[in-house]
Amino acid sequence: MSVELDVFVGNTTIMDKEVYQLWLNGYTVNDAVKVRIEGGVMEECEASAEVLLSDTMDQYRTFQMCERLLHHPAKLANQLLFQFHPQIPPDRQAMLIERYYAFDDSFVREVLGKKLSKGTKKDLDDVSTKTGITLKSCRRQFDNFKRVFKVVEELKGPLVENIRQHFLLPDQLARDYAAIVFFANNRFETGKKKLHYLTFQDFAFCAGQLINNWTLGAVDNIMDDMDVDLDKEFLQELKDLKILITDKDLLDQHKSLVCTALRGKTNVFNEMEANFKNLSRGLVNIAAKLINAKDVRDFFIDLVEKFIEPCRSDKWTSIDVNLYLTHYTNSAHILDTFKHHAVWTRYMGVIKSCILRMYHD
Amino acid sequence: MPGKLKAKIVAGRHLPIMDRASDLTDAFVEVKFGNTTFKTDVYPKSLNPQWNSEWFKFEVDDEDLQDEPLQITVLDHDTYSANDAIGKVYIDIDPLLCSEAATVISGWLPIYDTIHGIRGEINVLVKVDLFNDLNRFRQSSCGVKFFCTTSIPRCYRAVMVHGFVEELVVNEDPEYQWIDRIRTPRASNEARQRLIFLMSGELQRKIGLKVLEMGGNAVVGYLQCFDLEGESGLVVRAIGTACTLEKISSTLPATATHPSNSSPSKDMKDSPQAAPSTLGCRSTHSSPVHSASSRLSQGFSVSVPTLLFAGMGSGGSAGKEAGPLKALLRQQTQSALEQREYPFFPLTAFPPGFLLHVGGVVSARSVKLLDRIHNPDEPETRDAWWEEIRQEIKSHAKALGCQAVVGYSESTSICEEVCILSASGTAAILSSRFMQDGPLDTEHRFEEVVSPGCGFCHIPYDELNIPFPAQLTYCYCCRRYKVPDVLFTTIDLPTEANVTGKGCLIQARLCRTKKKAQGEGNATVISNLLPFLEYELHTQLMNKLKLRGMNALFGLRIQISIGETMLLGLASATGVYLTALPSPGGIQIAGKTPSDITYEQHISNMQKKINDTIAKNKELYEINPPEVVEEIIGSPIPEPRQRSRLFRSQSESSDEVSELDLSHGKKDAFVLEIDDTDAVEDIHALLTDFPTPAGFYSCNTEIMPGIQNWTSAIQMFTSVRVFRLNASLTSQGLNKIFSDLCENLLKSLYFKLRSMVPCCLCHLNFTVAIPEDELIQVAVTAVAMSFDKEQLLENGKQSGEKTLIKAITENDEQLQFNLELNAETPSPNPLSSPKGLSEVGSHLSARALSVDYSSFADRCSSWIEQLKLKAHTIRRGSVKTTSSMEKASPLPEGRSRSLRSNRSYSGSSVAVVKMTPLSFIPGAKIIKYLGIINMFFIRETTSLREEGGVSGFLHTFIAEVFAMVRAHVAALGGNAVVSYSMKECVFMENPNKNQAQCLINVSGDAVIFVRESELESTSVQTQSATTHTSNGAEGT
Repeated sequence: MSVELDVFVGNTTIMDKEVYQLWLNGYTVNDAVKVRIEGGVMEECEASAEVLLSDTMDQYRTFQMCERLLHHPAKLANQLLFQFHPQIPPDRQAMLIERYYAFDDSFVREVLGKKLSKGTKKDLDDVSTKTGITLKSCRRQFDNFKRVFKVVEELKGPLVENIRQHFLLPDQLARDYAAIVFFANNRFETGKKKLHYLTFQDFAFCAGQLINNWTLGAVDNIMDDMDVDLDKEFLQELKDLKILITDKDLLDQHKSLVCTALRGKTNVFNEMEANFKNLSRGLVNIAAKLINAKDVRDFFIDLVEKFIEPCRSDKWTSIDVNLYLTHYTNSAHILDTFKHHAVWTRYMGVIKSCILRMYHD
Repeated sequence: MPGKLKAKIVAGRHLPIMDRASDLTDAFVEVKFGNTTFKTDVYPKSLNPQWNSEWFKFEVDDEDLQDEPLQITVLDHDTYSANDAIGKVYIDIDPLLCSEAATVISGWLPIYDTIHGIRGEINVLVKVDLFNDLNRFRQSSCGVKFFCTTSIPRCYRAVMVHGFVEELVVNEDPEYQWIDRIRTPRASNEARQRLIFLMSGELQRKIGLKVLEMGGNAVVGYLQCFDLEGESGLVVRAIGTACTLEKISSTLPATATHPSNSSPSKDMKDSPQAAPSTLGCRSTHSSPVHSASSRLSQGFSVSVPTLLFAGMGSGGSAGKEAGPLKALLRQQTQSALEQREYPFFPLTAFPPGFLLHVGGVVSARSVKLLDRIHNPDEPETRDAWWEEIRQEIKSHAKALGCQAVVGYSESTSICEEVCILSASGTAAILSSRFMQDGPLDTEHRFEEVVSPGCGFCHIPYDELNIPFPAQLTYCYCCRRYKVPDVLFTTIDLPTEANVTGKGCLIQARLCRTKKKAQGEGNATVISNLLPFLEYELHTQLMNKLKLRGMNALFGLRIQISIGETMLLGLASATGVYLTALPSPGGIQIAGKTPSDITYEQHISNMQKKINDTIAKNKELYEINPPEVVEEIIGSPIPEPRQRSRLFRSQSESSDEVSELDLSHGKKDAFVLEIDDTDAVEDIHALLTDFPTPAGFYSCNTEIMPGIQNWTSAIQMFTSVRVFRLNASLTSQGLNKIFSDLCENLLKSLYFKLRSMVPCCLCHLNFTVAIPEDELIQVAVTAVAMSFDKEQLLENGKQSGEKTLIKAITENDEQLQFNLELNAETPSPNPLSSPKGLSEVGSHLSARALSVDYSSFADRCSSWIEQLKLKAHTIRRGSVKTTSSMEKASPLPEGRSRSLRSNRSYSGSSVAVVKMTPLSFIPGAKIIKYLGIINMFFIRETTSLREEGGVSGFLHTFIAEVFAMVRAHVAALGGNAVVSYSMKECVFMENPNKNQAQCLINVSGDAVIFVRESELESTSVQTQSATTHTSNGAEGT
């Protein structure tokens, strides 16, 4: 004796938020039922496990039917299959979309900067074991990244705005997706051990900086431009900054200007003075190399190795770092023979905010 | 050339990808009506094509307009191979043919394919220009309004109730034709869908003809059913109540002068009826009078003796004479009804004062052997079968002293070649004031005497000649007339009835095994089993009713389903405590062998359990019958016997508070003998019924007594379960499984809807079927409605139902006024047909004609509306304004448009369409009926696993059906479907082949409603506006 078929269809679609989350998390129906029983929903409504199972299966089916639409959220607004509660349709739909596109920080850290290819997808079971996130959920998150990537890749105009419009995501989530797309496109290395201490939000912040300042769209407001790629011309110009370390006079002059400004304002003045040339070489070299795609990938690892680690070993506080970078940036403008002010500002603005964001334990 | 159908294909969206190479589609559209087909251009490489076609015009007979659907096919153009079909849309244009319904169909409709389901949407515009050729009106019945609602629709007034209309058409089922062996499943499904569409259209047209013949202008309670008889064919049949309805408008006096037009039915008879339709399906019946001589060509037919579920008790009692008035009344209405062949009314709710007395439930069943319908032109056997049953019902009603049957319905259950035909209703005495004979003064006087709260409970039959054992007492309300101890009915609880406490759903469930048999043997076995099945269902109902401390059942529906090896019986009803009826006795258990002590113990334990349950239920349903002390003083109690009885129950309940309500007199107690194994089972069944969780109520009627302050939150749903029985089980085992299945389904519903608490599941409609051996299918459609718990808070904001009731009574006042008028004018036929138009005044009709040709909006204008129109134009001081009526922006139209635009602002571009099986929407007023929705869909799959198994397949299909209903309603300009029902849900699967097929038939009334809150805020403005524009509105 068995229930062969069991369906419930309402004129307005009933979706239980809690079950939706369990489904998104990739729980099997049976596991979801267990979680719900533990949650005490049974006592609340005089239900039995059987009832709960039936309800959970039903909800899962509804979500599966809905998933097709969630892949193209814009369709959700004028689809006819589901009728959401008349009073709050926009809220409910926004909730569905937002939760569907939400991702785990621990998961995204694993795939950030990787090529969103079939190969990466095959490795998801490792990611699943490592992060403790179910494979199903990993796949959904990965597919979301890939879907968003594919759609915006070919679109013109500002990246964040494109994502927000096409996937009806809230601002913050759209920014996060922009970061993911940006990282995937430029294949930034984020998996090295030295970078493990950085959270996704750190990277997302940096991505935002890069998108807003270093891409073509950042300087040019013409629609043809795209936000996904770094401004090649700018990268070319960055090579000119090398003069700051190759010209010995300029380097000394720069150092003395910075040291004069910093003297007495910090406890680590001596270390700063001692390390100035090293640090400056590090930053300028990073700039000069960015024209090579391979070196772009190492951007973050370079920042850590060439700047953050030396400072950290000298026990700089982030206030020290801020102070140092401010004066380091500003002083360059006073140098007589240094002509690349615009490029310098554009470069150092991003470097400074990235380093400050990344400067933590 | 009476009609021009115009269609325009605007655009498509969300189309499926048909060309894998480009991931796009080259779509074009074929628009077909009858034998004419038009095509749009191909819109290349797009999933959102913008065709923006010209107007495709079809010039057709109005007969075809009624029968045929507009068929829209979306295809993908392919240069090298055949074009691939994406899907189809069938549009029923019937709503456009009625002057008071919709005027245009415009909107996004889902493109449906029987294999793939919904595949995108298409935006279309459809209009009809109907020319009123005044000499026509022969085969077509355009203009007759159809309502699924089984009461007088909310914005109409019943001028006359003419009576029962029925019709059936038969055809071969395309699924069983030889050609089906060579065509694709898609082609076969589409042939079937189209045929059923055609048959429904034809059936509706024929019913409409009958209505016109009777002098009516509408069918209320239109119930259409399919019998899929397999090899022997396909039967589509319908019943309804013919009425003359009149729209309630604020400008009432227009109706004051009734036209004394000659009855159009006379002309009808002169006209040739022959003209066979060019369609595949036919029926010979063109008049409501059947030839009684039709012989049964069937080899086998068994009529099953049926019980009269009227009341029950342990013996009769003598009492006062009912009074000569009643007898007189009976004579008068008798004469009115006897002229009708079948005084049946499928209505379940009535205008106040229409229903006088209720006798009890009458039902008839008969078992038939199907054989192929040889000649679709002569479906006489099917007709004769139904005629037999109806005669039986009629005689049952007579036995109960009643001349009419209300809440009447017919159903079938088919298994292989055996078919059970069932009919049931409630025997009743009706007021003649809505009948053609006209009201009589005596009757009015009689009615004034009877209070409306209890009048319908008073027995209609002669108490010296009771047709069954019943215990009669004096009415607990008025103390003047006799009432039975228990009342079973198939109708809704009358709104004016006095009820104590709340009601609840009561179900009796029964499953019986039977031997496999063939042909006549099988039919004999089934017909032998039926009476037992009915008896047991009745006993179960009675027990459960008493267990809840109630004394009446409303909305009783008994369904019997046959399978190869079993019979299923499911009786559902809503139990209530009618204040007029005596308090029910408890249930007493008795053992036949009282020697054993442990046995005694066992019995007393059980007795205690039952008593506890009764007490608990009384508390739960708030059944505290008013104490009778004061009444004894106040009202005349004519008989000492009666008084002693009352005293006893009263004294006992006050003396022995601890002793539970069994104390209502041992004499009344219902005795169950435990030695009887059946009884043990019954008791178990009684006690295993799951109590409804806190905050929930349930009923299968329209409204729940005791709950009035509904909020606007409603949730209509359909739930289907199929249960597989794997082992050979005993009847008892089966019983338990079946009962658990229903209980568990209810439990699941309560859980699903927990967020709506406090709420009531209304109109719970269960249907059972045995799709295959060892499978039981249960389908439920109902609506959950929230209500405010705090009755006190309600004062400020008037709740929906209350105002609705208020509205009804207000209407009634108008109605009474109108009736008196009616009595003065001898001709009771204010029929609003264009037929009448021609006879009244040539100047009027001439003008109407010009209007009809020039303006689509004013087509099919009725006489009364013409009058109003005239008055209107005169008031305006211009005669030429008729054609400019369109510009006067008919109010309901204007409002619906504004509603839609409002909705689109709220973020979603899809209009919200409410659906409910009830005839009303709480907290809202229905301002316009747009026509009936009657849709039939087939869905088939050959990739069952990929679509999520049987549950996934059916879940999607039902969701798609809802979506299509909503889309069609929205396209008509509506925002709700009322009286919605899923009449058929036939599911077949073959998991081994990875296949499944499902057929669904749904129906309802598309309406426009306005929230009462909105109405109030705008009422001041609209009130003044209505007086000017409503005339115009009705003209459209």
